[in-house]
Amino acid sequence: MSTLKPTVSETDHIQGGNSASIEIVEFGDYQCPYCGNAYPIVKEIEETFGDQIKFVFRNFPLQEAHQFAFRAALSAESAGLQGKFWEMHDALYENQYRLADDLFEELAETIGLDLEKFKTDSASDAVKEKVENDFESGIRSGVNGTPSFYVNGTKFDGGATDLYQMLKESTE
Amino acid sequence: MLEKGATAPDFELNATPDQKIKLKDFKGKNVILAFYPADWSPVCSDQMALYNEMLKYFGKYDAQIFGISVDSVWCHLAFEQDRKLHFPLLADFEPKGKVSKAYGVYNDEVGESKRALFVIDKEGKIAWSYLSPTAVNPGADGILDALEELSKK
Repeated sequence: MSTLKPTVSETDHIQGGNSASIEIVEFGDYQCPYCGNAYPIVKEIEETFGDQIKFVFRNFPLQEAHQFAFRAALSAESAGLQGKFWEMHDALYENQYRLADDLFEELAETIGLDLEKFKTDSASDAVKEKVENDFESGIRSGVNGTPSFYVNGTKFDGGATDLYQMLKESTE
Repeated sequence: MLEKGATAPDFELNATPDQKIKLKDFKGKNVILAFYPADWSPVCSDQMALYNEMLKYFGKYDAQIFGISVDSVWCHLAFEQDRKLHFPLLADFEPKGKVSKAYGVYNDEVGESKRALFVIDKEGKIAWSYLSPTAVNPGADGILDALEELSKK
C-alpha cells in the first residue's frame, strides 16, 4: 500500500478544519481533464463535510504531456506567496478550458494580485523548487496518474466520486 | 516471473526501425525494464507518460529505463512522437513476446506482456521485480525505492 511521503506539513496548502479527523491530499495537474472533472466534486466534498475534513493540494504537473501544466502550478504557488493560493487554484480549474499563455496574468489580475510580484515569483527558483518538491513527493508516494488522492496518509484507490461515496458511508 | 537475485536474461530488441538495444551493453549502469500490455492507453494515467516525467529522477540513480511491449517499432515510433517520450520503447515483436517470456511476464491468453517492472543492477542481476494487476498503473515509488537501495551498496 502506498503512503504519503512526506506527511502534510506547514509548507502545504491546507483548507478546512485544522483538527479534522479526515485528511485528504490531492496530487493534481491544472491541465489534466480528469482533475478538471474532479474539481467540482472535491468542492462538493468540502461543502458537505465542512470541518470534518482537511483538504490539501500538491502539484503533480505532467509537463511533457501538458504544455501549460507547469506554468499553471507556478502561478498557483506564486499566488500563494500573496496569500491567494486557493483563489488561483480555483480560477485555474474553472478556466481550464481556455488555458493559454496569457491566461495566467489575466487570472492574477482578476483575483487581485500584485502583478509585478506575481511575475517575479512565477520566474523564481524558490517557486519552481516548491512545485518540483511536490512532484517528487508524488513519485515517492506512488502517484500513478492524476488526480491521485490520499486519505489519512494512505493512497485511495479511486477517483473523486468514489472518494465522496466512501466519505458518505464512513461518516454515516 | 524472475525474482531478485536471478541473472537478467540478455536480449537484443529494436528501439527504432534501425536501432537495436542489447541489454549487455548497459553493464555498469542500472537498468529499469517496464513491460506493459500495449501502446495508446489514456494519457493522464498512462504509465509511460508518467515515467517520461521522471527521467531526471532515474538519472540521479544512474539508471536507464526501457519500456517493452509486443507492439511493432512503427507503432512505438508513432506512440513516442505523439506522447513526446524521451526514452526508448522496445519492440518484443518477432518472435512475438520472446523477451517477455524469458522474464516470465507474458500473458498467453491475450498475447501481450503483463504489466511488470524489473530493476537490474550494474552487474546484470535482478535487484527488484514487481508484477502489477494489468489495469493498475504501478507508479514509480517501487522503482525508486529499489534504486535507492542499490545506491547504498
